[in-house]
Amino acid sequence: MVWDWAFVWEILPDLLRGLRITVQATLLGTALALVVGLVLALLRRSGIRAVSMAAGAFVEFVRSTPLLVQLLFAFFAQPILGVRLSALVTGIIVLGLHYATYTSEVYRAGIEGIPRGQWEAARALNLPPRRTWTGVVLPQAIPPVVPALTNYFIAMYKDTPLLLAIGVGEVLLTARVIGSATFRFLEPITMVGVLFFLVSYPSALLLRRLEARFARSG
Amino acid sequence: MDLTQISVFLPRLLEGAWITVQVTAFAAVLGLVMAMISGLGRLSERRVVRGVAGTYIEIFRGTSVLVQLFWFVFALPLVGFALGRPWSRWLDLNLLTAAVLALGLNIGSYGGEVVRGAVQAVDKGQTEAAIALNLTPTHRIRRIIFPQALVAMLPPFGNLLIELLKGSALVSVIALSDLLFVAQQIRARTGETTLVFSLVLVIYFVIAYTVTLGMRRLERRAATGLETGRQRTLMRAG
Amino acid sequence: MPVPEQPTATRWIVELDKVSKSFGDTHVLRELCLNVAPGEKLAIIGPSGSGKTTILRVLMTLETIDSGTITVGGEPLWHMPHRGQLVPANEKHLRKMRGQLGMVFQHFNLFPHMNVLDNITEAPIHVQGLAKGEAQERARQLLAMVGLAEKVDAYPAHLSGGQKQRVAIARACAMRPKVMLFDEVTAALDPELVGEVLSVLRQLAEETDMTMLIVTHEMRFAREVADRVLFFDQGQIREEGPPEKIFTNPDHERTREFLKAVLEH
Repeated sequence: MVWDWAFVWEILPDLLRGLRITVQATLLGTALALVVGLVLALLRRSGIRAVSMAAGAFVEFVRSTPLLVQLLFAFFAQPILGVRLSALVTGIIVLGLHYATYTSEVYRAGIEGIPRGQWEAARALNLPPRRTWTGVVLPQAIPPVVPALTNYFIAMYKDTPLLLAIGVGEVLLTARVIGSATFRFLEPITMVGVLFFLVSYPSALLLRRLEARFARSG
Repeated sequence: MDLTQISVFLPRLLEGAWITVQVTAFAAVLGLVMAMISGLGRLSERRVVRGVAGTYIEIFRGTSVLVQLFWFVFALPLVGFALGRPWSRWLDLNLLTAAVLALGLNIGSYGGEVVRGAVQAVDKGQTEAAIALNLTPTHRIRRIIFPQALVAMLPPFGNLLIELLKGSALVSVIALSDLLFVAQQIRARTGETTLVFSLVLVIYFVIAYTVTLGMRRLERRAATGLETGRQRTLMRAG
Repeated sequence: MPVPEQPTATRWIVELDKVSKSFGDTHVLRELCLNVAPGEKLAIIGPSGSGKTTILRVLMTLETIDSGTITVGGEPLWHMPHRGQLVPANEKHLRKMRGQLGMVFQHFNLFPHMNVLDNITEAPIHVQGLAKGEAQERARQLLAMVGLAEKVDAYPAHLSGGQKQRVAIARACAMRPKVMLFDEVTAALDPELVGEVLSVLRQLAEETDMTMLIVTHEMRFAREVADRVLFFDQGQIREEGPPEKIFTNPDHERTREFLKAVLEH
């Protein structure tokens, strides 16, 4: 018999403990990505050419290079910068910044999807810039792109195993440790796959329904 | 930061970059094949075919690519071992094969959805005209629908190829000597973190940019004569 | 339901017998009975949404029917004989039957990735097995007939709407169908391009013995070209007869109302 169910029940508590770190990293990373992404999107629309170009260059560069490289760079560059963050915090920050480049593109699409008339009406009413954004633009730009943002939430969840490269005890590292100790890799790694699937597949289905609903009302 | 070291690091890094390019290329070919099979399979009239294609797509899309990589490297040989000869030999994959398999099957599942979407997006009138002219269903798909769908597939495929390139960095975790693995070795030996990683990021960026330019050229060639409304902005954002 | 007078020895080329078709709750065709004689030029007029297009679509096997039978060239369309019984038709039977029909669409549906010549020769080569040279010769003749001989190598994207539709007509004619279906072929065209397409249709009506079923809003054209006119409303034939009768002195109130509304602009 290749598969040992008894072993599965044995290791499940350890795996779930690792999963808790995975979920933590995903939630905090997403929160960071949502906020920084919006900031990046706004910076790219700045009137000051240097600012918009710098933001644009940052987005293009980060999007085109591997997350893993950025993660390792951030981890090993800390002594040079005189910073000492835990591996988990480092991981969350890198995940957040990396995905912020994706979310900024999504925000941009949402903002650009707003009819010109809205901007003109705000100008005609003499609304101050801050109010134009918070009262008119963003409330219309963000709801249609929520499905796309949720998509990146799911994607980040699937990217958290990369954190094992800097020693974060998330679920896949836990599985590998178990495997190295017991020489049984099949059950731990397969169960990690199952745990990921159990969260991301229903989320994807929910997301599709969300998209259909927004498509209808939008 | 000792800049003279660049001439020492660069050759080694480029050797690693060559492995990266090879892994990406092989996985891209496998991914393309799987994308076509699964995407068209999802549109099949036979429920079994649809089910198999759909299962493949959902499983590989729904689990992390690093998990899949680990599975092919660590778990699959054990399955082979338990099943005995000849499986124990066949399933004991070398690192490169396992990496290409995992990355290729993973990207192929995303590609499958692109293929499916593109074929379904072809104007229904084309199918009706083909029926009216009494073309066989196979002929219709092959000569009328698919060539038109292909043009719509290229931009998302370009994005997926870049994702694949970035994903190839994961093979360093299973000790395959790609660009990142070599970089890690150099960093561990010399401590020149900033220099090495900056070089690595630049090399990845250059490869990615070359791929993007190549894909754009391909897209332009494929669209000759066609009135395609391309939604580039939306596709790159999503 | 008045049946047009024909000698009983003639075989109808198209027969619809109590054909019904619904889309969801909407009954688009209600127990429709219609017979078309070989070589007849039949114009079908009526309000939008009355089901006129659906008649053509069920004939061209683009839609299935809920009940009733359709016969083309003496053989059932949606059913086939199997061991002495009539069973639902398989793809092979449908393909055999489709060979007798052709259709021109409102939105042309030309293949955008092929040039005009390839559009026209595609089906003759791959369905009828014509040699490439023969098919191209046929295509050139048809293009000359519709007045587009010089557009042989052009791509659809570079043609005007009227030109596209004429190519579409040539493409359909290349298969030499016995029955040609025209689904509001000028409705999507700018007004100044309508004439060139109608004159091709007129040419086909006058110079060929192909049976033509023409769904149209062009009343003057229908009056000049058709042998018989059908007024179709809410899934049924309200009235039918020769053009002079229908257009000058219709029997039914509904027909009169419709013609008044249409001809008054």
